[in-house]
Amino acid sequence: MKLCDIVQELDATTLNGEDRLNSEITRCGASDLMSDVLARPTDGTLLMTGLTTIQTIRTAKIAGVVAVVFVRGKRPPPEVLTVARTEDMPLFSSPYSMFVCCGRLHARGLTGLDGRR
Amino acid sequence: MASLKKFFFIKARDFVHAGEASIHIQSLLKSMHWDPVLIRRVAICSYEGEMNVVIHGGDGVLNLSIENDRLIIEIIDDGPGIQDISLAMQPGYSTASDEAREMGFGAGMGLPNMKKNADDIQIESEPGIRTRASMTFLLESPKETP
Ligand SMILES: Nc1ncnc2c1ncn2[C@@H]1O[C@H](COP(=O)(O)OP(=O)(O)OP(=O)(O)O)[C@@H](O)[C@H]1O
Ligand SMILES: [Mg+2]
Repeated sequence: MKLCDIVQELDATTLNGEDRLNSEITRCGASDLMSDVLARPTDGTLLMTGLTTIQTIRTAKIAGVVAVVFVRGKRPPPEVLTVARTEDMPLFSSPYSMFVCCGRLHARGLTGLDGRR
Repeated sequence: MASLKKFFFIKARDFVHAGEASIHIQSLLKSMHWDPVLIRRVAICSYEGEMNVVIHGGDGVLNLSIENDRLIIEIIDDGPGIQDISLAMQPGYSTASDEAREMGFGAGMGLPNMKKNADDIQIESEPGIRTRASMTFLLESPKETP
């Protein structure tokens, strides 16, 4: 699924990375625990989280995550956007809960980090 | 492979800059066109170790060295140290502060992640004085990790 279609499915606002909306995503993870993210096969995936800190961006970068969706309409403070620009990390904000975001993407055929549905 | 050495300062409790050294190392290895799986393993270990210094340790340094057939990341901090290293290595064990937990840390998975991803890991600590974690990655025939 293309990032632009994911954005549409989640009624999300693009906060960073408009030029990357053509990226293709097949696997997704949802977590608020950074080491948990780093313990799993996250290369080339989408991360959904409620945590809008600088460390979310840096963890995503280290983990090889392609884009981050903040759930429940969360918006990161300006310094987090600055780091996202520096690290070239696309960021989106969806008004839906974590549960609903995951459900919408699962219904569209996306899988978990391990490739399972 | 020519030898290369770099070092970075890590400041305790500086969450604004925490992780920058590891991201620097990750992009350095990418620019050298290393194997992506190896880069991922090095980056995860470096980042977990760097975050541990920021969250639990005192001010410290991260030394990166690449020599012949191996890459070594050594992280030393002069913080409170670790009383019981085998306990600290257990998945789920954490003494992270509320501040760190609010930022998504404290799963007690950092040291296990480091152990899983490095070809070799040595952790030594003199409580009240310093902690040293040294991780080695073999450039040829590295271990298989996702
Ligand atoms: N540099 C350090 N100085 C002092 N204590 C440390 C250091 N590194 C680790 N520890 C101790 O070891 C424990 C386990 O570390 P580990 O990285 O596995 O988990 P964590 O940092 O608590 O949580 P996570 O890494 O999952 O966010 C820590 O909670 C802390 O008590
Ligand atoms: Mg840790």
